[in-house]
Amino acid sequence: MKYTEDHEWLEDTDGVVTVGITGHAATQLGDVVFVELPDVGRTVTKGEEIVVIESVKAASDILAPLDGEIVEVNEALSDNPGLVNEDAEAAWFFRMTTTTPEEMGDMMDEDAYAEFVAD
Amino acid sequence: MDDPIPLPLDGLHTELGGRMVPFAGYSMPVQYPAGVMAEHLHTRAKAGLFDVSHMGQVVIRGENAAAALEALVPVNVVGLAEGRQRYGFLTFPDGGLADDLMVANRGDHLFLVVNGAMKHLDLEILRKGLPDHSVEMLEDRALLALQGPSAEAALAGPVPGVAGMRFMDVATFDWEGAALWISRSGYTGEDGFEISVPVDRVDAFARALLSRDGVMPIGLGARDSLRLEAGMPLYGQDLTPEITPVEAGLGWAIQKVRRTGGDRAGGFTGSERILAELADGPKRIRVGLRPEGRAPMRTGVALYPGADATTPCGTVTSGGFGPSVGAPVAMGYVPIGTAVGSVLYGDVRGKRLPVTVADLPFHQPRYRR
Repeated sequence: MKYTEDHEWLEDTDGVVTVGITGHAATQLGDVVFVELPDVGRTVTKGEEIVVIESVKAASDILAPLDGEIVEVNEALSDNPGLVNEDAEAAWFFRMTTTTPEEMGDMMDEDAYAEFVAD
Repeated sequence: MDDPIPLPLDGLHTELGGRMVPFAGYSMPVQYPAGVMAEHLHTRAKAGLFDVSHMGQVVIRGENAAAALEALVPVNVVGLAEGRQRYGFLTFPDGGLADDLMVANRGDHLFLVVNGAMKHLDLEILRKGLPDHSVEMLEDRALLALQGPSAEAALAGPVPGVAGMRFMDVATFDWEGAALWISRSGYTGEDGFEISVPVDRVDAFARALLSRDGVMPIGLGARDSLRLEAGMPLYGQDLTPEITPVEAGLGWAIQKVRRTGGDRAGGFTGSERILAELADGPKRIRVGLRPEGRAPMRTGVALYPGADATTPCGTVTSGGFGPSVGAPVAMGYVPIGTAVGSVLYGDVRGKRLPVTVADLPFHQPRYRR
C-alpha cells in the first residue's frame, strides 16, 4: 500500500488502483455523514477534487492522486458514510486506472507515512 | 491573533483526550475521543458535561438595576422574580442584535451570562448604558453545563437541592464550602443545569460530576449540533448586528409590558425598529431547513426560490448533520411569508439541492417546567 501527503492510501491490483483515506485522516475528520462520489468513467487529473466528504464538523475533499479514469466507486459509502470511521483502510472510495503508474513509486510506504503523520 | 487562552479546566480536557481548538479567544475542546456523534447522542440519552467557562459572567449591582437594564435589554427585567432567569439580548440603535444572554435576578444583584466572543463588547455597552451601577465581569468563576435526562440525578448527588428547581430557576448551593450559582437551563434542548463554580474548585467539581453515573464530557462540536437541533440560534451566525430580534424569531422574549401599549413600552436601544417590526412584521424570518438527501447545508449556503433562479432569496446561517434527527438540518433566513413546506434550493458547491422550509425546533425540548 502507498500513501500520499493528502492522507490517501492507494493499492494497485493489476493496474487498477483502489483509493481511500487513512485512519489518521478519518480520525481528524470526525464522524463522516455524507460522501459524494465521482461518476464512473470520469477522466481525472492529479490534484483535482473528486470526492466530497462531509463530517459532523466540516466539508473536505479527496483529490485525485494520479491522472487517469474512475472505473468504480464504493456506493456503500453513500448509504453508510460511517464506514469510513469504522475502518478507513477497508472503506475504499473509488478505483481508477492511471496513465502515470510510475508516480506511485515515489509515494510513501507505510513506515514513511507513519513518520509523516508523527511529525 | 493572540494565542488562545487556556480555560481553568485545560488540564482536565487534555487528560480526557479533548481535541483543543481556538474558540472565542480560548483554547477549548471541540470533541473528546468518543467523537461528536456519540457525544451528541449521549447527551440526549443520559448526561453531558460541557465546559463553557469562555462565556462572560456579569454581575450588575446598584439601586433599581432591573429598571436601568431595561434601557439596554428589551425584555421584562423589572418583573423578573428573585430566583428566576430569562432569555434576552442587547441591541444596537438600528435594532440589530449585539448579543443574546441570560439574565437572572439573584436578590441583591442581577447576573448575566453572555457569549464568550462578545463579552468585552457587552461589558462596554453595559457600562456605558449603566453609568450609575456597578457592572463587573467575574474572572474568578468558571461555568459548566450539565445537560440531559440524567443531569438532575447526576447533579443531585453532590448538590441534593437541585432536584427542587424548575426550568429557569436560579439558586445558590454549597458544595464542600464552594458557592455554586446554579440555573436550570441550557443550550441543548434537554433538561439540565448551568453551574457557576469558583475557579479554584472547578477541577474538583467537574471530576465529581464526571464520576457520576451516565456523565460524559462533551465538546463544542456536539454543543453546536445539539443547539441546532433544538432550534436555538448562535450569536455570530444566526444572530448578527444586521439581524433584529423580530427577524430572528425572538419576539416571544419581548414581553407585552415592553411592547407598544405596555406599561414600560420601548425605551430600549433600537426600540423604534423593533417595535415597528413586532407590529407590522419583519421582511425576513429565521426558519428551519431540512435538506433533502444526506448532504449537509452549512453556514453561508445561498438559498434560491427555484432550481434555475438567478437571485437568491435567503441564506443558511447554521447547518450540519443532526445526529438525533438522523439527517442534515439547518436554519436560515427567508422572506416573510415563506410557508413551512416550501421547497427552496441551496447552492452547494455549484449544485442546486432542494431544501424544505420546516418548523423549529427539529428536536422537541424536554425541560422540567
